[in-house]
This record gives sequence, structure tokens and C-alpha cells, in this order.
Amino acid sequence: MFDLTGKTALITGASGGIGGEIARTLHAAGATVGLSGTRVEPLEALAAELGERTHVLPCNLSDFEAVDALPKQAIEAMGSVDILVNNAGITRDNLFMRMSHDEWQSVIDVNLTAAMKLCKGVLRGMMKSRWGRIVNISSVVGATGNPGQGNYSAAKAGLIGMSKSLAYEVASRGITVNAVAPGFITTAMTEKLTDDQKSSILGQVPAGRMGEPSEIAAAVLYLASPEAAYVTGTTLHVNGGMAML
Amino acid sequence: MSDVADRVKKIVVEHLGVEEEKVTENASFIDDLGADSLDTVELVMAFEEEFGIEIPDDAAETIQTFGDAVKFISEAS
Repeated sequence: MFDLTGKTALITGASGGIGGEIARTLHAAGATVGLSGTRVEPLEALAAELGERTHVLPCNLSDFEAVDALPKQAIEAMGSVDILVNNAGITRDNLFMRMSHDEWQSVIDVNLTAAMKLCKGVLRGMMKSRWGRIVNISSVVGATGNPGQGNYSAAKAGLIGMSKSLAYEVASRGITVNAVAPGFITTAMTEKLTDDQKSSILGQVPAGRMGEPSEIAAAVLYLASPEAAYVTGTTLHVNGGMAML
Repeated sequence: MSDVADRVKKIVVEHLGVEEEKVTENASFIDDLGADSLDTVELVMAFEEEFGIEIPDDAAETIQTFGDAVKFISEAS
């Protein structure tokens, strides 16, 4: 089950905790992986760890020219992009009443607009081959909201709406578009939280613990697999029961 | 009929699965030949590849009929 042999996958944010684990998991299932991210060093370290069937494709997602070029570079390197995982994300938290235009726009640009551009860039090839998988990494806060994250939750909710609209358009061509919405996962992003913040968060999680990146990667692997061909436009919530949607 | 028209017609017939006789000068891809909007996007992609040209999105929107396609491609290539 869930064999991706012969498939090619482009993963953004592969230098981060969740993205790196997604890359490892898709690679272990047999896929050739294109590792994208802003920081080259962790990408190269991951490529060295994974060995063959690996390509490093650095890209700064706040630079839209670079974003437009990324699908072309990925196709040059791997021959195609059968699976796109829009995982990259940034946060610039602030109270809504204090949030600057720049804090708002930069998060929308990287988390939502770059994802849209990458979808557009890979669709042509997917339409021709009548097979494609797009998995957009949203967040539980896209559904529930979170104080201080008006920008981030707007972008993450936006990814869900975008995924559904696109899923409608391309379903007849064998392409599925889904979202995965992680809850609180142990990564560098959540390590910045204080112990008090962590314990108050865990009080809201019925599972009583943070999730692991591998638990997100498993959801992505399923949605990327041939077995999930009939699943499209959905959001798979992986949050320990924190929000039962 | 010109070479361009023949090649365009072949793509339209293959992609939309319609009878060759139905692909006339004024035949609309959507209204007469049963294409949906995504089919028209795919037709434009196929034209781009067949003729080695780039058809920008705003131009693609003006290509509604077989005749439009032949005219645009003849001028562009």
C-alpha cells in the first residue's frame, strides 16, 4: 500500500521539521523528491541523508519570480512533478489591532500566494499525464482561529478554500487537491512557546500530547498515494482531537 | 484548407472526440463542440505544443471558435 515508486514529489519547507519528515516519508515510499526551502544547508543535509532520488531546489517563497521558476526547475531536475506538497509557512504573530500591513502581507504572500503559484506551475504537467496530487498543509488555526494569528489563520483558511475550488476544477483529470491541518506538532515553530503556553495548549488536546511530524507525514503520504484517488477537496485534521471538525 | 487549419482540426477532433465535419470555421468549442472550460485550456496547451508558440492567458480567452484558433496561430507562428 501507498507505493510511490516512479512518482516525483516537490516539497516546500523541506528544511523545517514537518517538511523534512514529509520528504523522508514520501522518499521511503519510493518517490523521487525535490527538496525546496530557503536555507540551503539543512536541505543539503537532508539530501545527503536520503541519498539517491533526491534534488535540492532552494527557493525564497517571498520572491515571486523565484516561485514562478521553481516548478520549471523541479521539472528539469526530476522530469515531472506528480506530487506537490505546499508545506512552507511563516508566522509573524501580532495582536490584530497592532498588526502592520507588512506583517499581514508577508504571511499571506508566503503561505497562500506562493502556494497558489506553485499549484498553477505544476498543473500543466499533471493535466497532461492525467494524474496528480496536491497536498496543501493548512493548520488547525485556519479552522478555529487563534489570537495573535489573524494573518496566519487567514492564510491557512485560504489554503482550504483554494484547495476545494481547485479540486472541483481538476477532479475530472485525475488530479486530487487536499489539505492537511496539523494541530500542535513538535517543531522549531512550537518550541518557541513557553512551558506555560505549552501546558495550556495541551489542556485543550484530548490526546494529551503534542503530535509528531511523522504523524503529519503519514497523512500526506496517504493523500499522495494512488489509493486516495477518490479523496479530493477534503481537509484531513491531524490534531489529537483538539478540534473535531 | 491551410496546413495550420489541418493541424488545429486534428487536435480538436482528437481532444474533444467530435466528428471532423462539425469542426467548421465558426464552430464554438464550448457551444457547438461540447468542450467545457477546462477543455479549452487543454486545447490551448495542445496548440502551444504543436506550433511551438506561447499563447498568453488574455489571448487564450479570445479563442472561442475553430476559426479564432486558426487565425491566432497563423498570425503567431
